[in-house]
Amino acid sequence: MNTVSALEEKRQLKDMLAFIRSELKPKGKLLTSFNVISGSIIILGAILILYRLVRGIGAVTNLSQEFPWGIWIGFDVMVGVAFAGGAYVLTFVVYILHSDKYHSIIRATVLNGLLAYVFYAGAIFLDLGRWWNITNPLFGNKFGANSVLFLISWHFLLYMIAEFVEFSPAIAEWLGMRKLRKVLGSLTVGAVVVGIALSTLHQAGLGALFMMAKGKVHPLWYTEFIPVLFFVSSIFAGLSMVIFEGAISHRVFSDKISHEDHAAYDDMLVGLSQGCAVAMFVYFFAQFLILIHGWHWALLNTTMGWWYLTENVGLVAIPCFMFLQGARYKNQMLIRTAAILTMVGIVINRLNISVIAFKWWIPFSERYFPSWMEIVITMAIILTEVWVFRWIVNRMPVFGKPPAWAEEIHS
Amino acid sequence: MGIDRRTFLKGMGTGIAAAVPGSSLLLRKAEAKQIGAGKEFMGVLVDTTRCVGCRSCEIACAEAHGMPVPDIGDTKALDKIRPTSVTQWTVVNRYKTDKGEVFAKKQCMHCNQPGCVSACLVKAMVKREEGAVTWDTNCMGCRYCMVSCPFDIPKFEYNSAVPKIQKCSLCWEKLSKGGKPACVEACPAEALTFGKRRDLIEEANRKIYTESGKYISHIYGEREVGGTGYLYISAVPFEQIGFRTDLGTTSYPELSKGFLYSVPIVLLLWPAFLIGVNTITKRKNEVQHGEGGKR
Repeated sequence: MNTVSALEEKRQLKDMLAFIRSELKPKGKLLTSFNVISGSIIILGAILILYRLVRGIGAVTNLSQEFPWGIWIGFDVMVGVAFAGGAYVLTFVVYILHSDKYHSIIRATVLNGLLAYVFYAGAIFLDLGRWWNITNPLFGNKFGANSVLFLISWHFLLYMIAEFVEFSPAIAEWLGMRKLRKVLGSLTVGAVVVGIALSTLHQAGLGALFMMAKGKVHPLWYTEFIPVLFFVSSIFAGLSMVIFEGAISHRVFSDKISHEDHAAYDDMLVGLSQGCAVAMFVYFFAQFLILIHGWHWALLNTTMGWWYLTENVGLVAIPCFMFLQGARYKNQMLIRTAAILTMVGIVINRLNISVIAFKWWIPFSERYFPSWMEIVITMAIILTEVWVFRWIVNRMPVFGKPPAWAEEIHS
Repeated sequence: MGIDRRTFLKGMGTGIAAAVPGSSLLLRKAEAKQIGAGKEFMGVLVDTTRCVGCRSCEIACAEAHGMPVPDIGDTKALDKIRPTSVTQWTVVNRYKTDKGEVFAKKQCMHCNQPGCVSACLVKAMVKREEGAVTWDTNCMGCRYCMVSCPFDIPKFEYNSAVPKIQKCSLCWEKLSKGGKPACVEACPAEALTFGKRRDLIEEANRKIYTESGKYISHIYGEREVGGTGYLYISAVPFEQIGFRTDLGTTSYPELSKGFLYSVPIVLLLWPAFLIGVNTITKRKNEVQHGEGGKR
């Protein structure tokens, strides 16, 4: 009898391997214009990454002694992580508040968040001059536990694990592993609770990194409340990304989404846009109070002041109002436009603090501006993420319904 | 108050350390290491009225640390203000001031509570018992120390595949054997005095009080950013000789302390709150509602 079950097991394993092998092959047409263009950028990016590893950071970036952090930190990490905030906000709404309305988009959002951390936080690797020491904060006996960056590095790692656990039921469903699916499913709420706590702290922590850049960040942006502002803005940054990503996914992966989910989506969009509006109002109000309390209004009528107003009025207050109107009149076009404006605002805000309003007194000719190679590598990272996202979505139950047996487990 | 905030937070933190596996989430207080028993921070007093701009210190520094020796015969080098660099840990600059030309030596200030040390997540940057702030090779090259230094001192070797952070080490190797920094030994004009930081402040005050009218009444570094190992006295206001006077007296690690103190509190209270909300909102008809994956 033992030999029979052993044989059975061997057969199952063989089937599984054959299944995975077949899944690894590309599905659909390979030579689309998107694939060709994005593929060549990824290849070019990979070559440049090799070049950076051999010749050092200076060979590909325009970083200088005055500007130690460029777009790999200011955009890839700061903005990437803010946009990934949708995952913790939506898991809060779905698993903690039990609002089932958003259930159909939770997996795509969590997957997006997970991949954002893997790729954009992974971009830190490129920016580390001595990348082979990347495990030093995790292993060994030299923990700089007083460092905000130490906290962030641990949180990134733990949060990636939490998000992986949150997403793992989809992987088990894909592989048809029923027992494992049951175990993994039971871990979700725990992972969500831990994930939200970690997110709160490291979203704020990315802002707290600049606390010690006092005297280097323009006074309109430097405030002891940067961590709070980063946290609050990650809420609407994440939700705007969910709206934006949803708009694209509903077109590209339209065939995978069930008819009822399509219908429920309109309702969801209104809810998301209300959520954005509330968070943005809180953020704008906080910014306003900080400005008033800091006695900084005299700075408003300077070049940097106008730039500050562009960011906070043009790309926070106005889209906030647009979200409100969009939700009121159920105007999808308005909501999506607001989402894009909000995302632009987040990009500008994070870049302001890390690059643009950083050492604002340095003349334009000596300022940091990213090299084409930095931009290509960033684009390659984003596009690789899109490829991986597409690969997973085309195979695992992310937009579509999970298999019937999985539905039974928890009903 | 019977119990101060720090003791309270510490106790609270210890509680979490026991509760949360991976106590690395915990953050200790963001201050530099306590001074070892009987040891006092050493420092250097720079009397800018005595500096003649001979740049002997630059040469001594380069020789002591195996860096390219600058050509001091080239007087044009003083025409523009030079920052320190990956191959020059100290530079002398010439400033035009109200009282004519003044030379000022620049290097790492060796803060009492350095921003760079508390920024470093791998303890590659260390405040030594002798007072020196030094760099070691377990560095990851993240350059957060550069962002966090109020004086913009750490310099990074961008054009190397094996880059290092370069900055003045106060000749720590010599210090630990009872020696003096190379620049101090080389100074022919007695502009540099090496000693215990406490004694240097005494000496600086003595000069300011006794040689009346010669100095302005300010020791740069006595209180700036919580106090620095390098101390300066000058005949002209410090803005005129390239010093930032807007840095304040708060030490830089103090600036991120508020955030770091909130960490254990958030980690303790937030999950409890979330689990509470989760329980409350669970609807009755979903008592058996499994977690995850329901779509």
